[in-house]
Amino acid sequence: MNVSLILIILLFGALVTYLAGDKLASKVALFFGLAAAGCSIVLLNHFNLGENISYISQWITSPKVSFALKADGLSLAMVLLTTVLTSIIILSSFGNDFKNSKAIYSLILFMSFAMTGTFLASDGLLYYIFWELSLIPIYFIALIWGNGDAEERKKAVVKFFIYTLAGSLFMLVAFVYMYQKAGSFLIEDLYKLDLTVNEQKWIFTAFFLAYAIKIPLIPFHTWQANVYQKAPTLGTMLLSGIMLKMGLYSLIRWQLPLTPLAAKEYMYIFIGVGIAGVIYGSIVALRQKDLKKLLAYSSLAHVGLIAAGTYALNLDGFRGAVLQMIAHGFVVVGLFFAAEIIYRRYETRIISEMGGIRSQSPKFTSMFLILVLASVALPTTFNFIGEFTVLYSLSQINIWFALLGGTTIILGAYYMLKMFQHVMLGETNTKVFAYVTFSEGLTMIIIIAVLFFFGLYPKPINDLITPSLEAILNTINKYN
Amino acid sequence: MAMDTNLALVLLLTPFLGFLINVFFGKSLGKSVSGIVGTLSVVISFIVTVSFFLQINQTKQAITIQLFDWIQISNFNVSFGFLLDQLSVLWLLFVTGIGSLIHLYSISYMHDDEKIHSFFAYLNLFIFFMITLVVGSNLLVMFIGWEGVGLCSYLLIGFWYKNQDYNDAAKKAFIMNRIGDLGLLIGIFILGGLFSTLDFASLQTAIAGAHNVDTLWLSIAALALFIGACGKSAQIPLYTWLPDAMAGPTPVSALIHAATMVTAGIFMVSRMHFLFDLTPEIQTIIAVIGGVTSFVAATIGLVQNDIKKVLAYSTVSQLGLMFLALGFGAYEVAIFHVITHAFFKACLFLGSGSVIHGLHGEQDMRKMGGLKKAMPITFWTMLISSLAISGVPLFSGFFSKDEILMTAFHHNIPLWVVGSIASIMTAFYMFRLMFLTFFNDFRGTEEQKHHLHESPALITFPLIVLAILATIGGAISLPGNSWLNEYLAPLFTKAASEEHGLGTTEYILMAIAVVGGLVGIGIAYAKYIKQNTVPNEDAEITGFSKVLYNKYYVDEIYDSLFVAPVNSLSKFFRDYVETGISSLVFGLGKVTNELSFQGKKLQNGSVGLYLFAFVLGMCAIVSFLFLAQ
Amino acid sequence: MNNILTQIGIENYIFLCVTLFCIGIFGVLYRRNAIIVFMSIEIMLNAVNLLFVAFSTYHQDAQGQVFVFFSMAVAAAEVAVGLAILVSIFRNIGSISIDNLKNLKG
Repeated sequence: MNVSLILIILLFGALVTYLAGDKLASKVALFFGLAAAGCSIVLLNHFNLGENISYISQWITSPKVSFALKADGLSLAMVLLTTVLTSIIILSSFGNDFKNSKAIYSLILFMSFAMTGTFLASDGLLYYIFWELSLIPIYFIALIWGNGDAEERKKAVVKFFIYTLAGSLFMLVAFVYMYQKAGSFLIEDLYKLDLTVNEQKWIFTAFFLAYAIKIPLIPFHTWQANVYQKAPTLGTMLLSGIMLKMGLYSLIRWQLPLTPLAAKEYMYIFIGVGIAGVIYGSIVALRQKDLKKLLAYSSLAHVGLIAAGTYALNLDGFRGAVLQMIAHGFVVVGLFFAAEIIYRRYETRIISEMGGIRSQSPKFTSMFLILVLASVALPTTFNFIGEFTVLYSLSQINIWFALLGGTTIILGAYYMLKMFQHVMLGETNTKVFAYVTFSEGLTMIIIIAVLFFFGLYPKPINDLITPSLEAILNTINKYN
Repeated sequence: MAMDTNLALVLLLTPFLGFLINVFFGKSLGKSVSGIVGTLSVVISFIVTVSFFLQINQTKQAITIQLFDWIQISNFNVSFGFLLDQLSVLWLLFVTGIGSLIHLYSISYMHDDEKIHSFFAYLNLFIFFMITLVVGSNLLVMFIGWEGVGLCSYLLIGFWYKNQDYNDAAKKAFIMNRIGDLGLLIGIFILGGLFSTLDFASLQTAIAGAHNVDTLWLSIAALALFIGACGKSAQIPLYTWLPDAMAGPTPVSALIHAATMVTAGIFMVSRMHFLFDLTPEIQTIIAVIGGVTSFVAATIGLVQNDIKKVLAYSTVSQLGLMFLALGFGAYEVAIFHVITHAFFKACLFLGSGSVIHGLHGEQDMRKMGGLKKAMPITFWTMLISSLAISGVPLFSGFFSKDEILMTAFHHNIPLWVVGSIASIMTAFYMFRLMFLTFFNDFRGTEEQKHHLHESPALITFPLIVLAILATIGGAISLPGNSWLNEYLAPLFTKAASEEHGLGTTEYILMAIAVVGGLVGIGIAYAKYIKQNTVPNEDAEITGFSKVLYNKYYVDEIYDSLFVAPVNSLSKFFRDYVETGISSLVFGLGKVTNELSFQGKKLQNGSVGLYLFAFVLGMCAIVSFLFLAQ
Repeated sequence: MNNILTQIGIENYIFLCVTLFCIGIFGVLYRRNAIIVFMSIEIMLNAVNLLFVAFSTYHQDAQGQVFVFFSMAVAAAEVAVGLAILVSIFRNIGSISIDNLKNLKG
């Protein structure tokens, strides 16, 4: 089966959605989102049967760039995450009434297309193109459909755009340099390159700048909270649920195997950066007034831990990081959606203006609580599996890493429960909290079901990603 | 084997089923039915437990059940597995047994609450997690239960969620538990890394056979596990959440914060005894912390006026005694006290609940008094339990506490002194509680006096059962002829060495303990019956009592040491560091902008200037070319 | 062919060219009239062309002369376009003094 079919579905879907008109757009988009998800499941089936899922054709002769897609377990897991979350995000926005909705839904599918491409591309330049392409739709989504003061928003979104773009340029330079040496952008050829330690250090840094801004790691995170707050929730979900996973995925796929010597030399520093992000993000989250900003900082903390796991350069670290990426994708989408559900009713995102929702809507409160608990990695939720594995891998490097990274379970509980207390509990709110609608409930239940299912039985994902992670580790350890 | 698996699943999943029914249909079932469903699901678990108990008591064979793989780590797999051995079944017996009684009690106690169905849902969920904790065959499955009971504790402490103070207490309990949980996790990491397994049975063989392992790591692991136990079992320095946890409904305090969840730490240490046996220095730490906790909590308990707070500090103090025993490797002694404590403390809490129920929510002992006549059953059952906890001979607490003190005496005299003084204080404050509540004249309002009544049968029945158990519970481990020690013998290989004959020393020790207890009761009698003293109003408390009444200001100290700094750090980060980094990034943009603004001025549109620059540039190039040659 | 060079000498050609070129530069820098500036540029161009031809002869290589043809063709095109622009500017603002042409101010 041709792997590019999934890209074609999404791109075609974006076009059809735009042509379908404002009324039908959401449904058409959902259809194509589901079709893409279905397609990725079919791909998964083929992959499990042992087929080699790749597609390659010559694209540009000079410089030699090919349209090369290749799906291994890791890519498939990420593609599955992208397509499923895209569908969930589209479903979740059924309750919103967008101006010019055909455009926004079309942009979502287009973004999904670009992100899927990023996860599948096995040619450096193609990957870079998809990487940058995904920036365009989110720029428009945040700019046009965002909320708050237009000037402020423009400032935040433009900052985000330029910042990430600037970071990516370093990556492009690194790619061009490697192309000079290897004569090809294909990942297999790049993996084979024998770069000196010095070269690797430069390339490592260039990649790091691109990814650290995208993920974001401290201190490159300043765009995040503002954009998360100002973008429409759907955009925030795309950003936090999928887009930042692009950066984390790229660490594993591109940065570390391409520059193993530098990675090994620097690993302690960057584990440190990740863990510093955990602590810093958690502490900043404590005193946020805006619900979406709080969730943004919690996200900062979690991705810090994931990045630390990645830089641990062992199988557990990689595996835990990928599991946590997927888990975090779902939980963060759920939490932002919960914020949106509240916003639809109270028209506020300020925590102090909420409270007392529990007595009005116990069902919503239960769902919200489950998401909160998943986010603080209670055992039996998916997040626990990821967090446990990552922390275990860190503990095998140095117990202090595990201890410091583990503060997330204390600080995380602190800010999340504090938030829960002020958002949900307390005296009954005077404002009316309308019933949770069918599409809202369905979205939440799907997310919760995923979190519990894989929390109890993570084996399928584990089996899927482990071989490809081992292969990548072999590349990293090729000098030994 | 299949039979066992099914039965174990019934044992585990019935409470969970009860939880699901109450969550989804609780409201439509009605108050009584929802309570009955909740109670029945635990009773079924209890029955299954009894059958397991009979089986194991006979065969002396542990039952292991493996379900399916859960987490894969590079050097080991963790699976969902259950281990039903002497220890876990014993724990299950009183978890489900006392659990059933407390469920029964709650049907009546919570009857007026509109959210009774969620109350039962949470209680069922708690039982489910507690069973998971106890029967887990490896550290991680135990950890599921460990965190799960913490969650239920959070939900139940904050059950009356409209009151933000209660929510604060719930949050505090959860977070302090999580501090311990981090310790537990670190311990798990170390053990997993060293021995490539988390399974209790395999760990035991691995640790026993590990001669080339650095004992320092074993000690760190043991210490980390003990920190976890400190969190859950409310030991210094992580004990402050337990008194606050009294914000929850009284049955919750009885079930979770007295009888079952808080003993999880003792359970875990007993489970991992093979590790602690190898790390004597950590055992010493455990004994010292246990002793000190027992003493400190008892001193605070002396002056508390909230009936539930007294019991809460008493619980902390008793848990301290159990850790004291654990520290000396006397696991079966600690377990014995866990069991007897579960009986009399649950009874005391339920009795206090009955009192609070009768007084429509009044918890301050200064506004009680003279309830003996109005609430005879409550009075007698509580009296029996107070005698038990004070260590009056022939009541259950006498045997268990005496064994702890005896063990302490044989290992460490100072700790024996500390424990004994704590016991005397226990006797004093328990009878202070009894005298203030039930004797003399009623000090509440006329309105309350008018409504004084004994609680209904659903409330008194559990009290009576527990009081009987509190009386005769000591029979399971009589000195010299201990059924419990024999029952647990397969687990604790060192148990035999801990048995002491009943010599003169032992009788003297016993006498000291009994006299001490009676002295404590006597002082209380003299002060609160003879002199008819009523504790001062809050404002009038002075001197050292004030320090005690304010719990040594530990909460305040923790607040200013940890909570406040973190919060101000958060504020500092949010207001300054964030803006600082942000302005750095913006600064980069601004510099570019400024440069281009300056550069723009060159483009002044004067063609003459352009031409001049053009010529100048050309000259520069030419001269450069010449110079380069 | 060589006799012209032997009679006059290559240095004199170079001096002439440099002089012409400098005259052109001064014209460009000094005059404000766009047409005169234009003419000065032409002088500079032709100075170079002359040099090309001289060296071409000196080296016995026809390439230089070929190049001159190209450059003359380009110059012619440039003049055509440039003068057209000047005419258009004159029509618009009624002046061709370069001091008045400030529309390119950034």
